Amino acid sequence: MSLKVMRHLARWNCIRPKSSAMASGVAGSAAVYTDSLEFTNPISMPQIPTYRVLDRHGSIKKGNVPSSLSATLLVEIYKKMLLLSKMDKILLQSQRQGRISFYMTCSGEEAAVIGSAAALQESDTVFTQYREVGVFLWRGFTLDDVMNQCFSTHKDNTKGRQMPIHYSAREHNIQCVSSTLATQVPNAVGYAYSNKLKNKKSVTVAYFGEGAASEGDVHAAMNMAAVLCCPTLFICRNNGYAISTSTKDQYFGDGIAARGAGYGIRTVRVDGNDLFAVYQAVTAARELALSESCPVLLELMTYRVGHHSTSDDSTAYRSIDEVNYWNTRDSPVGRLGHYLVQQKLWSDEEEQSFTKECRKEIMGAFNQAENTPKPSPYLVFDDVYDTMTSQLGEQRRSLEEHLEEYGENYNLDEYDMK
Amino acid sequence: MSCGRLLKRALTSVKKDGIRTAAGFAYIPQTPNPALGETTKLNMFQSINSAMDIAMEKDSSAVLFGEDVAFGGVFRCSLGLQDKYGSARVFNTPLTEQGIIGFGIGVAAAGTTAIAEIQFADYIYPGFDQIVNEAAKYRYRSGNEYNCGGLTVRAPWGAVGHGALYHSQSPEAFFAHVPGIKVVVPRGPIQAKGLLLSCIRDQNPCIFFEPKILYRMAAEEVPVGDYTLPLSQAEVVRQGSDITMIGWGTVIHVLLEVATMAEEQLGVSCEVIDLQTIMPYDSATIEKSVQKTGKAMVVHEAPLTQGFGAEIAARIQESCFLHLEAPIQRVTGWDTPFAYIYEPFYLPDKWRCFEAVKKLRDFM
Repeated sequence: MSLKVMRHLARWNCIRPKSSAMASGVAGSAAVYTDSLEFTNPISMPQIPTYRVLDRHGSIKKGNVPSSLSATLLVEIYKKMLLLSKMDKILLQSQRQGRISFYMTCSGEEAAVIGSAAALQESDTVFTQYREVGVFLWRGFTLDDVMNQCFSTHKDNTKGRQMPIHYSAREHNIQCVSSTLATQVPNAVGYAYSNKLKNKKSVTVAYFGEGAASEGDVHAAMNMAAVLCCPTLFICRNNGYAISTSTKDQYFGDGIAARGAGYGIRTVRVDGNDLFAVYQAVTAARELALSESCPVLLELMTYRVGHHSTSDDSTAYRSIDEVNYWNTRDSPVGRLGHYLVQQKLWSDEEEQSFTKECRKEIMGAFNQAENTPKPSPYLVFDDVYDTMTSQLGEQRRSLEEHLEEYGENYNLDEYDMK
Repeated sequence: MSCGRLLKRALTSVKKDGIRTAAGFAYIPQTPNPALGETTKLNMFQSINSAMDIAMEKDSSAVLFGEDVAFGGVFRCSLGLQDKYGSARVFNTPLTEQGIIGFGIGVAAAGTTAIAEIQFADYIYPGFDQIVNEAAKYRYRSGNEYNCGGLTVRAPWGAVGHGALYHSQSPEAFFAHVPGIKVVVPRGPIQAKGLLLSCIRDQNPCIFFEPKILYRMAAEEVPVGDYTLPLSQAEVVRQGSDITMIGWGTVIHVLLEVATMAEEQLGVSCEVIDLQTIMPYDSATIEKSVQKTGKAMVVHEAPLTQGFGAEIAARIQESCFLHLEAPIQRVTGWDTPFAYIYEPFYLPDKWRCFEAVKKLRDFM
């Protein structure tokens, strides 16, 4: 190996085993030959096992609790899961009442999202898909922040530019949500590469669903992350459905986890409704990604209890029994709750009073936002570029003139016209 | 042999006098602003190389990546840059335009200057979603919490003599329709270096289309130092009083030749404007010219319908209606895919442009 190559390798900490399918020589240089013609048959390969610690009854058989998951932290996580669950219910209702235009819940995925968030550091930049507001909440995004975005008030830090649930939280190192699926995944890889250049000891995280995983962007991102040795966590929430498309119509292979090997990526499949397993796996994945400067793929198996969004009615394509099964027998909140109660770290009374408190806080933020004016209409012209172009300036003047004459037709009193 | 290598070999066989075999035009060397100091003779790929070299030297975070950039690139634009800046900053990516552009957006979002090369503009489309839905909207949708302004996407563009459907496209019209990105096309080495440096340093995602026929055949004295040319500013390349001719890229040289023909043979004085930045474009320079001449023609290689000439024509009639003495002419590629053997009949060459000049002269 030349000195030049050694220097590059040393700098990048990018380990490529010499003898294995992943040797980086020209095709054929490390080939292993056979005289027996056999096609690989993935159907007869063992399924990638699902890592689980906490069973469905809330018990840990083998005592695999990491020391970093203290009782205090566990209760904090649980409370955040309850808050998320409550907030989801209230905002869903509010959409049904026509008070906000749109909402998406994370019901059934609370452990996957908050457990993974809790295992990350604040310095880890997160790219979400759209069903991960739990990450925002974990990092300190307030209920006011949520409500201001959902109501598009002038206090929304994204200036009312997007539909509800498309949060952005620079303060908490979480990138802005966009509706387009999977586009965030290669963005996360590039971000990780930049961090690597700057020697930052943090990972970049991309969340996506098993449906979005079918997009070409995910394939491109994973391949690039592996080749360019980017410390990236690919966290796939396999929740069983992409709107009405169940996993049997989404993929034929062994889920998303099986694809990792194709890219040479370290992979684990985890019980996404098991808070302990999620927390442990993400913690370990993060350490691996940093120590070896590599991507890691985690497939969190969970279930989407709610509808895809408020524009969906999932009774049209799945049975209520199926939903009830997951909601009662394999609920992430329920499983952790049972554990905590059994360990005497929580009680039904505390649950009741905390839930009441949540409701009060949520409704407080809700009512405040509902009565806060929207941003000035002229903000539609800002931030297209870093500075206003002459054409946009002309268009802004057009709107000004138009509103001077026709303003009474536009409910301008609902907007912050200053 | 890869398409890139085939093309490279073909380009080296272009006649030394610079005549493009199929359609026939001559590159008209430009002269640099003397205030920019010492110059050296460079062709367009060399001037682009110089721009990237300077950018990467001055901005120690800047990275350059794409297919085959490590060895120098299929058009040699990145020659020597990996040796100079190392493989951490100049590197090959796997073959995936959506990945290259998606990755580039992420690099830029993290505050690192990203120069992403797409091997041919004809292949930019897998990255169209990333450009339109992510890059263009990154700042806007986040209320300016985030941006990917440090991203520049470069791609070889336009007719090359034998490129046919998939090595000749001029897709600027698709991108001009997307608020939030900038689209730039240089007409030669001097402009390529200055405009590319502006794009790299501009705080908005930019797409820089490089007329590939000009990579080797266009050579002129180019300032050796660090200089930028302003974006969103058109340049009046030749002053005139009777007809306004608007174009960008390769076609400017066709227009310059037609302007000479018009003067010598028809006694018509043409003003040639190089738009340079397609989006956001300098409408003021165009309007000022048309208000003077009353007659306008827009010329582009891209197909007629919905080409960027349509936007310019709409703008001119909106703002200069009472000054116009003839309908605005558009001389463009036909509404067909860019077909191989038909290239001489497809392109808006000097004869079709000359014909348009006559139509404008004879209208009233």
